[in-house]
Amino acid sequence: MADEKKLCLSGSGITKVFGIGRQKTVAVDHVDFNFYEGEIISIVGESGSGKTTLAKMLLGLISSTEGDIYFLGQKRDISSQKKKQEYWKNIQAIFQDPFSSYNIFNKIDSVLLDCIHMRGGRKLPYAKKVELMSEACSFVNLKFEELTNKYPFELSGGQMQRLMIARIFLLKPKILLADEPTSMIDACSRATILDMLMQLRDETGMTLIFITHDIGLAYFVSDSVYIMEHGKFVESGTADEVILHPKEVYTQRLINDVPKIYEEWDLSTV
Amino acid sequence: MKHIIRQVFHSGKFVVGFCIFVTILLVVIIYPLFITDSPLAILGQGTFFPPGIYVSTFDSINSPTTYTLDLNDAAAVRIANKLSSDDRLAIKDWLLVAGIPEDQIDITDTKKLLDQWSSNYDPKKNIPGMTNAKRNYFVRLDNSLKGLLSAEGAIIATKNPETGILEQTGIVNQSDYVNINQVASVRWLPLGTDNFGRDVLNELVKATVVSLQIGFVAGIIATLIGLTLGLLAGYIGGIADDVIMFITNLFTVIPSFVLLILISFSIGQEQRGAFTIAVVIGFTSWVWTARAVRSQVVSLRNRDHVNLSKLSGHSIVHIILTDILPYIASYVIMALILQISSGILAEAGLSILGLGPRTTDVPTLGLMMNWAMIYQAQILGKWWAYFPVLLTIALITFSMNLMNTGLDQVFNPALRD
Repeated sequence: MADEKKLCLSGSGITKVFGIGRQKTVAVDHVDFNFYEGEIISIVGESGSGKTTLAKMLLGLISSTEGDIYFLGQKRDISSQKKKQEYWKNIQAIFQDPFSSYNIFNKIDSVLLDCIHMRGGRKLPYAKKVELMSEACSFVNLKFEELTNKYPFELSGGQMQRLMIARIFLLKPKILLADEPTSMIDACSRATILDMLMQLRDETGMTLIFITHDIGLAYFVSDSVYIMEHGKFVESGTADEVILHPKEVYTQRLINDVPKIYEEWDLSTV
Repeated sequence: MKHIIRQVFHSGKFVVGFCIFVTILLVVIIYPLFITDSPLAILGQGTFFPPGIYVSTFDSINSPTTYTLDLNDAAAVRIANKLSSDDRLAIKDWLLVAGIPEDQIDITDTKKLLDQWSSNYDPKKNIPGMTNAKRNYFVRLDNSLKGLLSAEGAIIATKNPETGILEQTGIVNQSDYVNINQVASVRWLPLGTDNFGRDVLNELVKATVVSLQIGFVAGIIATLIGLTLGLLAGYIGGIADDVIMFITNLFTVIPSFVLLILISFSIGQEQRGAFTIAVVIGFTSWVWTARAVRSQVVSLRNRDHVNLSKLSGHSIVHIILTDILPYIASYVIMALILQISSGILAEAGLSILGLGPRTTDVPTLGLMMNWAMIYQAQILGKWWAYFPVLLTIALITFSMNLMNTGLDQVFNPALRD
């Protein structure tokens, strides 16, 4: 199977060090990974394990101290602003906190219009743009007519995160990096949002990198799972391998920490 | 936006500051529309004429109609005007020295006092321990007392152009009055004149305009430089940040006022216009704005909305203008207001030292202070030459700082009462 799959994003020896001298913090420590096209990958780890730092490096928002990232088999080149913009047409993200993800001075229209413009639709007639935006909104169960001329902070957290998915719907990137997209959202909205993400992936066939601290969720959605501890991948493999037959103590701990209904929570590992 | 403005005007401090500032602004805009005299025109032949209404003596003598009013206290007021209680005490002192027993001197009985004075006063008499100034004072007093009690009028005489002989043309009785509205030439000088004989109020209005302009130009230049450098250093980071912060720190350690003095001095008196001074002030006072903007931008640039904007393919300029600048706009406006008021103060400080704009074009608040100081208005007690200027400077900076505090309360909820 693995031979048929095309490498989408891979990296070797990715390291990120913050600060110098005594204040040095190694956030990500020599990490290797191979993400294949169309896969759903979960990166699981507790807070402070370097997940978000890794995600920002994958997105090209911060540079890595060491190591190379390969995109579609070639070394990623984001040395200039133009190349970065080209790269970002292929990789997009959904951030953890929907409330801080939007510019509070921009209206929702402009958020969606930006996406259309990025896809080369700058010269489309306005009616066509509205049609595209309405389509994207209806995909995530929002009504564009109700959103137009509104500011993002007038929406609820769940709605904002759905709007974020509408953005992705318009952009149709090859890779979507979802950095704990549901951690700030209540359980009901969470299911809806995950459902929409899955649906979007099925339609576009994009690679979905799911960053989460919730190993149960990771098992539920992903094809392969990477377990991250203190900036290192301690275990990786398919979801079944890793979660049903964990080898590392840390993985077992993560699995045991998932609270289960009807069962007393084992706090001894915490 | 509308919401923010409404909120700003709900802040009491801002409203008070705004009202004071707008009042000053309205006065300096409206006043020149009615009084079109040149602010630097020299009216008075002398220094520091006190505030008041100036009536032409010549015109009032030649007033077409004269009125006779019998006012009981007119004579008493006239005498009191020339012979104050201090003068009476001085006369008593003289009479005591002249050998008149104390019980015979009654300073409340004007007639008897003047009789005793005229029979005993001798300008040549040398009293031991009397200063020259005091001696001159008695000479002046003696002259002014002549004819004080006389009920006669004054005769007006003109020279006959043919014979050269004075001929009586009229008489002014003590009970004659003119109506001030009928006198041809009357000039109201609400704040008197300054050392050059200029109308202080007229000059003050013009000076306020110029000082405000200097403040605005200096404030805008300082804020623009500080904002640009702060944004670049904060957003781009890396070497650009290091270089800009090095320059900024360099300027921080050199006191900007010393720098201001040195630059002003090297420009030279003739080249220093008001605008030049404003630019110089602007170029020396951007440091703290740059530092503050940089620190704000550093904390902003790693926020998710900036990352999202980057992912949406926006250019650096676009991100700075739409994702960074609006978030620090409130701070920048407050910094601008503070820079304007400190620009006005810096100009006043420079001008007092004699390093302000050249004195021939326009008055500024600082220059007026400088002139008043050089001509020792504060020693001579000519309050009208410097106190209104002080008050104007204080009101402008006070109102601006008040507006700033009000804005701070609105934009920074932690400071609200």
